[in-house]
Amino acid sequence: MSGYIAYLVFFLIVALTYSIVVMGLNLQWGFTGLFNAGVVGFFAIGAYGTAVLTGPDRAELIGGFGLPFPVGVIGGMILSTLAALVVGLATLRLREEYLAISTFGIAISIQLVALNFDTLTGGAQGLTGIPRPLFATFGSPGAYNLFYLGLVATVAAVVYFGLQAALHSPWGRLLKAIREDETAAASLGKNPAMVRLQAFVLGSTLMGLAGGLYVGFIGYVSPMDFLPILTFQIWAMLIVGGSGNNRGAIVGAVGVWALWTMSGFAISRLLPVEYQSQGGAIQVIIIGLLIVLTLLFRPRGLIGEAQSVSRHVS
Amino acid sequence: MLQALADGILTGSIIALGAIGLTLTMGILRFANFAHAELITWGAYMALGVLAITGVFAGPIGPFSFGLPLILATLVAAVLTAALALVVDYLVFRPLRSHTNHMTVVFSSFGVSLLVRMVILLIFGGSAEYYSDELQIAVRLMPGLRVMPDHLFTLGLTLVIVIALHFFLQRTRLGLSMRALAENPDLVRINGIDTRTVVRWTWIIGAALAAVAGVLYGMTVQLRPEIGFQLLLPLFAAAILGGVGNVFGAVVGGLIVGLAESFSVLFIPAGYKMAVPFIILLAVLYVRPSGLFGGMRGGAK
Repeated sequence: MSGYIAYLVFFLIVALTYSIVVMGLNLQWGFTGLFNAGVVGFFAIGAYGTAVLTGPDRAELIGGFGLPFPVGVIGGMILSTLAALVVGLATLRLREEYLAISTFGIAISIQLVALNFDTLTGGAQGLTGIPRPLFATFGSPGAYNLFYLGLVATVAAVVYFGLQAALHSPWGRLLKAIREDETAAASLGKNPAMVRLQAFVLGSTLMGLAGGLYVGFIGYVSPMDFLPILTFQIWAMLIVGGSGNNRGAIVGAVGVWALWTMSGFAISRLLPVEYQSQGGAIQVIIIGLLIVLTLLFRPRGLIGEAQSVSRHVS
Repeated sequence: MLQALADGILTGSIIALGAIGLTLTMGILRFANFAHAELITWGAYMALGVLAITGVFAGPIGPFSFGLPLILATLVAAVLTAALALVVDYLVFRPLRSHTNHMTVVFSSFGVSLLVRMVILLIFGGSAEYYSDELQIAVRLMPGLRVMPDHLFTLGLTLVIVIALHFFLQRTRLGLSMRALAENPDLVRINGIDTRTVVRWTWIIGAALAAVAGVLYGMTVQLRPEIGFQLLLPLFAAAILGGVGNVFGAVVGGLIVGLAESFSVLFIPAGYKMAVPFIILLAVLYVRPSGLFGGMRGGAK
């Protein structure tokens, strides 16, 4: 029994970490209509940034500054912010597609840096032995994981309530206004490109934050943790949960991640050994079908965006 | 140096073929189709499938590594790729085109690309495949430059296709209505042109070119389920560099991207080669977002 609970704790830590990424994407896509095709890139920057800043010093590496965990996470977030500015400033005045294409490009470039810049990122082996915050304080790994679940849940809750407050502020209404009718918003003297840039950068920073939390939990980074498929998984979480709704984002993160892990488990159990290498493809097809079918038949997702009408309208 | 030039022109011409289809769909259907590169993978593998099923193997023609079977297989693959494009358009893109946020279509193409890639992986497996195990002897054109006969064929075919497409777009009624649809859709409808036919032919032409590009890529490099994924960024870079909707621009853009990739190896570690199209793309978007030659109106915001 305790084995199941330990696994559940592990599962929830990962799922809630992803839910922060999904909320970042929700700010970009759900509330502002920006298509980020390189989610994994911003997540990876946060993770690698944290790993480089907090990791132990090693002769062959550039990084390894041994800084405290919160400093590392903030450093990772700043790096994600900068990456978002590079593509955002280039594209947000242009047609929406260009943002999608550039974010796809930056994610690939980041993957190449992770794989090839050995002295910074450890190359294909990655960086190991990243200190886990307050690990020594807890007697057993089980107790530590419970603590970490509390930490991730707290951060996710702060992000959730922070975003909700922002979205109900005039700024949040402006986001929706621009998404729905850019010309009308611009004619009221608003600057759509600037507001879009803010939403895009803030969303990407949240992805960086989640990357930092992820590293703090697993204690190492390697390029294998940041494959392009993660972008699809995050998107599936948002679309299935219901874009435009942060509760939907969290529900989608937990639900889709559960589906993913369970399908992986079922495939490894049921599929004959000689077909195991194709099992991953089946898992991905399930995700792809989930996205396309939800878009076609239930575009609002499980929860979906709440209708918002001004309280001055009776 | 000379070798890098030759390699660059070769990859560049394959990128150009793929980018023509992408630029046409971006200009006429007005959305960035992330699944376009998967049409290249699909075409390449369909040709492989036809070769495997029919099993006919006439000997290679002349100095080339392939013979009549591969040429016929390419034709079949082009038809099958066009069919896939039309089916996807009918099932996914068309229902979503009426959606208020037109980025939903772009996003769905992202999902479709994943599905196509995984289906190919499922059917053909993930390991590298080749059309033929014939060994080809490189011809020495001049000191320091060796080329395979296949590569010369690739170049020649690209040239023929580009010229044919040029005349198609300039002279035929269908070609003119495609250009018109990219320039001004309302005016096209007022003139009583059936836009659905034009859209259908845009898919057919783009997909057929993608299939040819896929076979040529498979012939010069190798077949892997990831080839489309790896070509996607070069294709977008080429299409945007040349100006969205501009066929001639896509060809020049493709050559520039191909050359930049192959020359980059002289300056930066080969591992970063795939990032070169992204650098080009960013530079274009910052400096001249309408592309070198300006695009059709479909490319503008």
